[in-house]
Amino acid sequence: MGPHPGPGALMQRQIRRLGLSFVGLFALLFAQVSYIQVFAADRIVAMPGNATRQIRAEFEVQRGAILAADRRTVLARSVEEPRRSVYRFRREYPHGELYAHITGFYSRIYGRAGIEQAFNAYLAGTAPELAVSNVADLILGRPKQGATVYTTIVPRLQEAARRGLAGLRGAVAAVDPRTGDLLAAYSTPGFDPNDLSSGTDEEIRRAWARLVNDPQRPLTSKAMQELYLPGSTFKLVTASAALEAGFGPESLWPNPRVLDLATTDDDLENFGGSLCAGGVARVSLRRAFQESCNVTFGEIGLELGAQALADQAIAYGFCPTLPPERTDCAEPAIDSPLPFENGRFPAPPYFERRVPAIAYSAVGLDNVLTNPLHLALIAGAIANGGDLMAPRVVTSVRDAQGRVVRSFDPEIAGRPISPTTARRMTDLMLAVTQGGTASSTFAGFPIPVAGKTGTATNGEGRPPNAWFAAFAPAGTAQTPRIAVAVIVLDGGDLGNEATGGRVAAPIARDLIAAYLGG
Amino acid sequence: MSTTATLPARTRTGLGLLVLAYLASLLAYGLVGLGLRGRVPNDLGAYGIGLAAAFVGGWLAIRWLAPRADPVLFPVAALLGGIGLAMLYRLRPTVAGEQATWFVLGVAAFVAVLFVIRDHRQLDAYTYTIGLGGLVLLLLPIVPGIGHEENGARLWVQLGRFQFQPAEFGRILIVIFLSSYLAGRRELLAAGIGRFGSPRAKDLGPLLLAWGASLAVLFLQKDLGASLLLFGVFVVMLWVATGRWPYLAIGIALFALGAWIGYSAFAHVQARVDIWLHALEPDKVHSFGYGQLAQSWFALASGGLVGTGLGQGSPDLIPFVASDFIFSAIGEELGLLGTTAVLLLYLALIGRGLRVGLERSDAFGTLLAIGLTTTLALQTFVIVGGVTRLIPLTGLPLPLVSYGGTSRIATMVALALLVRVSAGPWVRTRDRER
Repeated sequence: MGPHPGPGALMQRQIRRLGLSFVGLFALLFAQVSYIQVFAADRIVAMPGNATRQIRAEFEVQRGAILAADRRTVLARSVEEPRRSVYRFRREYPHGELYAHITGFYSRIYGRAGIEQAFNAYLAGTAPELAVSNVADLILGRPKQGATVYTTIVPRLQEAARRGLAGLRGAVAAVDPRTGDLLAAYSTPGFDPNDLSSGTDEEIRRAWARLVNDPQRPLTSKAMQELYLPGSTFKLVTASAALEAGFGPESLWPNPRVLDLATTDDDLENFGGSLCAGGVARVSLRRAFQESCNVTFGEIGLELGAQALADQAIAYGFCPTLPPERTDCAEPAIDSPLPFENGRFPAPPYFERRVPAIAYSAVGLDNVLTNPLHLALIAGAIANGGDLMAPRVVTSVRDAQGRVVRSFDPEIAGRPISPTTARRMTDLMLAVTQGGTASSTFAGFPIPVAGKTGTATNGEGRPPNAWFAAFAPAGTAQTPRIAVAVIVLDGGDLGNEATGGRVAAPIARDLIAAYLGG
Repeated sequence: MSTTATLPARTRTGLGLLVLAYLASLLAYGLVGLGLRGRVPNDLGAYGIGLAAAFVGGWLAIRWLAPRADPVLFPVAALLGGIGLAMLYRLRPTVAGEQATWFVLGVAAFVAVLFVIRDHRQLDAYTYTIGLGGLVLLLLPIVPGIGHEENGARLWVQLGRFQFQPAEFGRILIVIFLSSYLAGRRELLAAGIGRFGSPRAKDLGPLLLAWGASLAVLFLQKDLGASLLLFGVFVVMLWVATGRWPYLAIGIALFALGAWIGYSAFAHVQARVDIWLHALEPDKVHSFGYGQLAQSWFALASGGLVGTGLGQGSPDLIPFVASDFIFSAIGEELGLLGTTAVLLLYLALIGRGLRVGLERSDAFGTLLAIGLTTTLALQTFVIVGGVTRLIPLTGLPLPLVSYGGTSRIATMVALALLVRVSAGPWVRTRDRER
């Protein structure tokens, strides 16, 4: 025996308790590890932050290309590395930043975005539809290849958008009114997806840091993912609501210099504080739309009431919100293969104690929000006889042998207005380019264009955002083939002098010309 | 005599386990080569011979120097070491040779301890010398000119071109000191406290001293893990020695206070907690500490039930995967089966270690076994809990598996002491309990 007394029963009891405690601690470890590795494994593996692991596996397969609507222009492709590196293939975007917000990027460090994300299963060759083709490749000893994605993007329109926005900050979206096909979506400042897809890890990290820290948010498409006050372009919705409610284009409305709004110091004025239509006592809906009279549309909004206005906005795909608490959109009405923020319009309860807000909302201010793609779809619905199309970006997916493995049909997202209202709205919009707020831009333009300008305040002391939404060719016996919306931020090159008609409309005009060959 | 009858049986058990451990280790090494490069490693033969030499060397040392030792401890430790080497060869092939050398040196240290210390009670005679030595080793990295900082923690001592972490050995000396100290004082300390009463102020002295030392480690070396381990082991030993709950309660309260002080005083402690809570949030996944923990989860989840196979996963995406995060790499490539096996191996070591404590007749031997086992158990829990996000991460090596020379040797020394205690004057359980 040692110098000390033996451990005795007391310590033995303690040791057994200690053993139980350790078993308890290890049981916690087992539980946690089982949770991560089995019960929650699928969810954890699918987290966006884990893209690198998924991509490493994908880099062993030649990823499919992304092609433009002409089926020739390559938006993205995979090329074999000349010398075997960690990765067998390199993702290449031959046109740099031009299609960045459509293709998105494909980065081994930062994951995927855009079509690269939305159609990844096809591009990577892992979609169930490709299983047969993969087995055939295996049997025939062909290398496994991803499928090719055929988009609706029209290169000459995309290039026209880039020319139009050169030196400006803003965005353009163009769709085919009949199908919802996205013809162009361009946003500045943008980014070059090659910077995130190829190069050393260090270069990719540096490029990423520069892009995510840029206050202009170049990774986000201003055409689809950001939201802005629509200003007077929202009169497309307000006018639709009035026509649907039974007011005719020639219905007459009082025409004061300012609209005196009860319980608020902020009265609604016309643009620049001017008198509408030369100061006539009563102005028609047509004239008020053509000249974009805020006072008149404020009156129309108050006359229709919050419910009718909100109903019309929601029918056009606006997401009902309850500012300031609830501003996000849980259930977008317009589905899109690419990330797309549907516009926002406050639900009727919001207006219960804020009656003047109805007048502001009717002219696209207060808490009404939208973006060029949504506005182009709205113009498209008017062009399309009242059918609102969901955007389509990809028409088909084909395997390496050219077989169609998946095709996508046009989809109707809703029916916001009747064909009659659509025809009347077309008339009103034609008046805007013929004697209205955009007439100087379209003087002598050979194609009849239906449009609406907007000049939205942009916070105290900042130049306004300039808007234009349009479709063409417009008018009787015409089939509209393109609907387009343009936003130029902070007044573009005209600063405080900017208006939708002077800054945004010329860009839309050049796009229409590029597409229709005017 | 039952002794002569059980001896060959124990030896057979030990040898059988060791052969299994050897085959599993060699298989893992070969599979890594196949997984990484599609062929068996060129040096598989040399590796097999070296590993066999180390395994057999350890086994012969036990056979000759501690014949009645526990037969399970060494084979289990050897298997963990073998798994660790295969994983390190997979994660950092360039350092695999160096780590294999450290493994052999670890076994050599194991043999040396068994050779030098023939009876663990020798250590009981130098209570305060050992305690002082432990304290010096613990605080050595603070000395200017000798100690230096790496990754924000001041743990390293540089002697010529050789650098090591003395705290790894300091911890063992402290455990020996505490065993000796508590074995002598445990009745006094236990008497100083009623069953539900509070201890007298002077009996709180040792507890407060240990608390102070732990805080000193935290403040001076910024080493959260070592600080936690030191205090945890002390409180457990005090509780086991005295059998008094208030010591445990006060220990936990002091731990909470220390944690609060550490949290308020150190940005890096706050960061650890924030990383723990928010590691998987999408906007944080790409910033360093958060990404590391998120990648650990991704690795474990990618492994699933059976793993990707050795050399087939992407554990290199986890920063510092070879040291703190090696458990996650095992989880990715060997799946839940692999992680469960590794945890069970540790549980086996812990269970056998506690059993050694139960079977000793002297309080010093019992407390030494408990202290060494508790160190192993808490260290494993803290690092595995950390990389699986069960608790905030505090950097500690996974014993016997992680990259690192000092840690490997220190753990083998601790294991040798445990084996030595297990081989001590034999008292049959049946005799004692009747």
